[in-house]
Amino acid sequence: MSEPGVNAIRFVLDGEIVEVADAAPTTTVLEWLREHRQRTGTKEGCAEGDCGACTVVLGELTGSGGDAGMRYRAVNSCIRFLPTIDGKELVTVESLADGDKLHPVQQAMVDQHASQCGFCTPGFVMSLFALYQQQERVNREQVVETLAGNLCRCTGYRPIIDAGCAMREYAEPTRWSRADAQARRRIDAVGALRRVSPLIRPGFWAPMLLDELAAMVEAAPDSLLLAGGTDIGLWVTKHLRELPQIIYIGEVVELQRIENRGGALRIGAAVPLTDAWSAIVAHVPALTELAQRFASPPVRNSGTLVGNIANGSPIGDAMPALIALGAMIELRRGEATRTLALEDFYLGYMKKDLARGEFVVAVNVPVPNTATRVASYKLSKRIDQDISAVCAAFAIDVADEHVVAARIAYGGMAAIPARAKQAEAALVGKAFAEAAFAEAANALADDFKPLSDMRASAVYRLQGAQNLLRRFFLEHATKQVLRTDATEVSA
Amino acid sequence: MNDLSAKVDVGAPIGESVRHESAHLHVSGRAVYADDMELPPSALHAAFGISRVAHGRVKSMDLSDVLATPGVVAVATASDVPGENNYGGIVHDDPIFAEGLVQYAGQPLFAVAATSMTIARKAALKAKIEYEKLPAILSIRDAIDAGSYVTPSQIVARGRAREELAKAPHRLQGTMTVGGQDHFYLEGQIAVAIPGEDGTLHVHSSTQHPTEVQNVIAHAMALPAHAIVVQCRRMGGGFGGKESQPALIAAAACVLARKAGRAVKLRLERDADMLITGKRHGFIADYDIGFDDMGRITALAVMLASNCGYSADLSGPVNDRAICHVDNAYYIENIEILSHRCKTHTVSNTAFRGFGGPQGMLAIEQAIDDIARTLQLDPLEVRRRNYYGESPRDVTPYGQYVEDNILGRLTDGLEKTSRYRERRAEIAQWNAANAIVKRGIAFTPVKFGISFNATVFNQAGALVHIYTDGSVLLNHGGTEMGQGLYTKVAQVVAHEFGLPLSAVRTSATDTSKVPNTSATAASSGADLNGKAAQTACRTLRTRLIEHACKTHGVEPHEVKFTKGLVQIGNEQKTFAQLVQSAYQARISLSATGFYATPKIHWDRSRLNGRPFFYFAYGVAVSEVAVDTLTGETQLTRVDVLHDVGKSLNPAIDRGQIEGGFLQGVGWLTNEELWWSANGELKTHAPSTYKIPSVRDWPLHADVRILEHAPNPEDTIHRSKAVGEPPLMLAISTLHAIRDAVAACGTAGAIPDLVAPATPESVLRAIDSLRSTAD
Ligand SMILES: Cc1cc2nc3c(=O)[nH]c(=O)nc-3n(C[C@H](O)[C@H](O)[C@H](O)COP(=O)(O)OP(=O)(O)OC[C@H]3O[C@@H](n4cnc5c(N)ncnc54)[C@H](O)[C@@H]3O)c2cc1C
Ligand code: FES
Ligand code: FES
Repeated sequence: MSEPGVNAIRFVLDGEIVEVADAAPTTTVLEWLREHRQRTGTKEGCAEGDCGACTVVLGELTGSGGDAGMRYRAVNSCIRFLPTIDGKELVTVESLADGDKLHPVQQAMVDQHASQCGFCTPGFVMSLFALYQQQERVNREQVVETLAGNLCRCTGYRPIIDAGCAMREYAEPTRWSRADAQARRRIDAVGALRRVSPLIRPGFWAPMLLDELAAMVEAAPDSLLLAGGTDIGLWVTKHLRELPQIIYIGEVVELQRIENRGGALRIGAAVPLTDAWSAIVAHVPALTELAQRFASPPVRNSGTLVGNIANGSPIGDAMPALIALGAMIELRRGEATRTLALEDFYLGYMKKDLARGEFVVAVNVPVPNTATRVASYKLSKRIDQDISAVCAAFAIDVADEHVVAARIAYGGMAAIPARAKQAEAALVGKAFAEAAFAEAANALADDFKPLSDMRASAVYRLQGAQNLLRRFFLEHATKQVLRTDATEVSA
Repeated sequence: MNDLSAKVDVGAPIGESVRHESAHLHVSGRAVYADDMELPPSALHAAFGISRVAHGRVKSMDLSDVLATPGVVAVATASDVPGENNYGGIVHDDPIFAEGLVQYAGQPLFAVAATSMTIARKAALKAKIEYEKLPAILSIRDAIDAGSYVTPSQIVARGRAREELAKAPHRLQGTMTVGGQDHFYLEGQIAVAIPGEDGTLHVHSSTQHPTEVQNVIAHAMALPAHAIVVQCRRMGGGFGGKESQPALIAAAACVLARKAGRAVKLRLERDADMLITGKRHGFIADYDIGFDDMGRITALAVMLASNCGYSADLSGPVNDRAICHVDNAYYIENIEILSHRCKTHTVSNTAFRGFGGPQGMLAIEQAIDDIARTLQLDPLEVRRRNYYGESPRDVTPYGQYVEDNILGRLTDGLEKTSRYRERRAEIAQWNAANAIVKRGIAFTPVKFGISFNATVFNQAGALVHIYTDGSVLLNHGGTEMGQGLYTKVAQVVAHEFGLPLSAVRTSATDTSKVPNTSATAASSGADLNGKAAQTACRTLRTRLIEHACKTHGVEPHEVKFTKGLVQIGNEQKTFAQLVQSAYQARISLSATGFYATPKIHWDRSRLNGRPFFYFAYGVAVSEVAVDTLTGETQLTRVDVLHDVGKSLNPAIDRGQIEGGFLQGVGWLTNEELWWSANGELKTHAPSTYKIPSVRDWPLHADVRILEHAPNPEDTIHRSKAVGEPPLMLAISTLHAIRDAVAACGTAGAIPDLVAPATPESVLRAIDSLRSTAD
């Protein structure tokens, strides 16, 4: 560790290697850009990951040798701690234009009259820029999905959608074409930042191996495990909390993997939600909508699935579905490992079966077979980027049109994500028919006594939970149109 | 074409879809907002300390821990305000720092300046404050019961409403309920105060009303107005939220700057902004309406009551405008409007796009929908039968004649292009066949009065300089918040001189350049400032023409300005050459322009007169799908036909129409302000307060500007104001949801749908219809 700059945070910005030696561990990327660098194009609209004004793009090296390439993804700089971009390329709205020549994404925004007050615009440009890099061709739905985490209060979005759809119709720019983004010099610049030993800074450790991590956590059990920081970031920006020693798990190679092991997906603790959900959805297509409505692309690019589980909020969206599917988590403390059914992990409001010095290594998600009818529904005020009032998940095994096993789990209905045991009992052994589901819906009132808050009243939560059960039945039993987004529009 | 440095030149910029003057800066991160400005190295960052109770007496406030926090340089309370501790513009009931009494959870009690914003925020939390809690009034009904008002109630009456109601062939009563709305401008409130020499202050404020910020600071700092310069280059959104509120932020920054002797930036982070600053007024309207078999209204008595929050702020004028829009598009011969301005212990509500007008309209639109359902008529038919028409059906309850009515043309046009009738039939079929997803459709009109109700505000000034290279610098009292005002006024100026747009630059709105300005509000920005700038240009043009006549021996009509050239008789000069020559002849190349809207007058005590120069109109059809299991709704299609007179810039106008519409949809559907039982706002960030996101823009949208419809009044190039009116097109969405909900009940049943129509609100309305049908 005597190498100069080895404890500095190093990343690439506009082709240059930036070394930051003196930032506090919780300095956000946004704060660094605006306050330390006077690079003020990136805006703060909320400091909680919800508006997208602060969107920047991170470039990461994937593969190695001849397969090496850059992967560009949008993230919220307002809740992303600066040390976590060590070894990456940072791209901001100022990076795109070639002198006075605008990038196609920017030019399309200008040509479509897609900015009014302009305060949201840098964030939209960066989200679209990430899409520009990811896709050769784009369609409207991709544009809309991409922009789920960017709020604009002025335009009504139509011209921004149009700009997104038009951006690939411009001539390839010299700077930041798709080819230029994959240029050797970029790969080499980021490649040169690869560490041989972990980044260890005051207040921030970033181990690179699982054994190192386990030893560190055991040795410093009061430290805070940081994954994507999409929950933790808010503790700093919103709740003004002082954090203890941070141990960042994002660099631990063993935790970055997704494996298919004997009919179950094993998703490591450092896998971003984006990748976790795409693996899950590939095997359980019924969860497509849930995956898409989970936060927004930039939040999913930073946040992890295991972070959602470990945070254990009663309104977290992954848990009902994972509990319904019978997910197991792997825990580790020092050398010791154990596995636990996910539903047994939650003991009480924000209380978990997690010992001091212990952490979650991975979650195993069993892939259901064809006899299992699966669904997960989310109820919130807004379709995109909203926290659930109620989230329901069902995995019902059916044989001869009878329910042979039922796993039903809800979020938003109790202090923890939990199974609806009485509703399950009301179904098992019964014909897969309206009567049994009506009884199960009634039983939900015994399973849960939800609360009222700004997201919904207790009455709505219970009624919504019951009606989602009814929707599940109807979706499997009738040919009726059941969802508002599936209705045809009169032309 | 990808040119960042120069503006796109178009020959004759009036009526062209010229891009926003800052578009190239917005997309590249080079547009500078108040928070982006470079500050002196010694500058401090500030935060407010706020009340945690809705209503209480402050027994003690110990700020010693705040001040002892390392990095904290100054703390200011009411006693540090050298002059008047008030930022209320009309009634002086808004303390900058509360003293003794707190009247809402979130009310500023003190402010801290420190070396960083984080330090200031953390330090502010260390205050030890003891309150004696007092009973808090939190709802409109409770305020009415307690007789708690911020300003006296008002009545406007015409004809014999009570007698006609008693005689009406049909009569019904109902209540319209609508919540408030947070502005959620993407850029939060911010001011930077920089002390200058000799006690002066230079202030950068994100404000729609620099003059008011200047005046409030002057009073608070006990300084003459000439000692204070307030500047605003651009806002990251305003929507009315930066009309009266910025004065609070700027005044507090100045008090701190004076105390610390250093520049102070006071930026409200999102939660602080939403907790501290005012919002749109929530309203209730109890109506009693009489009508005949055809659905024609014979009489209406309506009680409007709004939640003004703890102080008057702009609530008087907001509620006056609500009164003036209860009629919306309809002639109501016998009418009685009673308006209560309720005082509650919540944040003081303020201007918001539409300024009370939308709430007034919601009342009549709901009543008309009730009539249609009762008589089982198409609501559009009932609307049309009640439209303003020929004399005597052409006079509003407040005495203004509706002379420019084009609703018939708009309605016929949109009815056809939207296929309203056919679709209504298709939807009825769908609803008969589908039990779970119900669809609904609604057609609603907007007639919105343009001008500030208070005549005095309808004035504006501009300053135009021509430099000897022929470039033009424009300054006016209007502010740029994204609405494209700088672009439109620059178009007007370029047009006057026959110059390309790139020859005209607009400098930041600045109280030291154009004084005594009105707020950029009431949709009036382009109307007022465009005319003022045009006047200044005409003064200059006259001077240049006179000069050319003298030097070339031609008549004035032989001098023409086009395409950057000046045709003088048979000779052609560049504009710069003519300007040079005028300079050599010692002719002034700088002029001011002034404009006062003609024809208008308003008797505030009787609420009578001609408050509006003209009306702007629009119509919309929304179609929605409603999931009757969950109450979730989706706007599936919208068709709009909107009147902007002869557009100065169709792209910008379309942007206002679309943006205003969706903002209105947000207000009426998902944007719910939710207070806890003890009066704390719990929806104070985008995680809990849900404005529309990209998926909420309907997949099928047909938004059109009415062609060939110049303003009959002599406005700037016969254009019409467009900032506010389109917001009210969103009433069609609420009514489409109402229509879908109604499909769950028996024919003739009236849904009780409360706005915002959140899934919960919709499901409640469906359930109550179904339970009455059972
Ligand atoms: C704008 C926004 C929208 C959001 N929308 C949603 C949504 O729709 N649905 C939803 O469910 N959530 C949502 N979230 C919450 C958040 O994104 C998720 O909970 C996310 O999965 C957290 O993962 P992370 O990696 O960011 O966790 P972090 O913030 O890094 O950590 C969260 C907690 O888990 C602990 N932790 C992390 N990893 C481990 C581990 N391996 N072992 C033990 N403890 C660990 C941390 O110490 C911390 O206590 C949203 C957040 C934001 C900011
Ligand atoms: S500032 Fe709003 S998402 Fe980061
Ligand atoms: S342009 Fe103003 S918020 Fe998007």
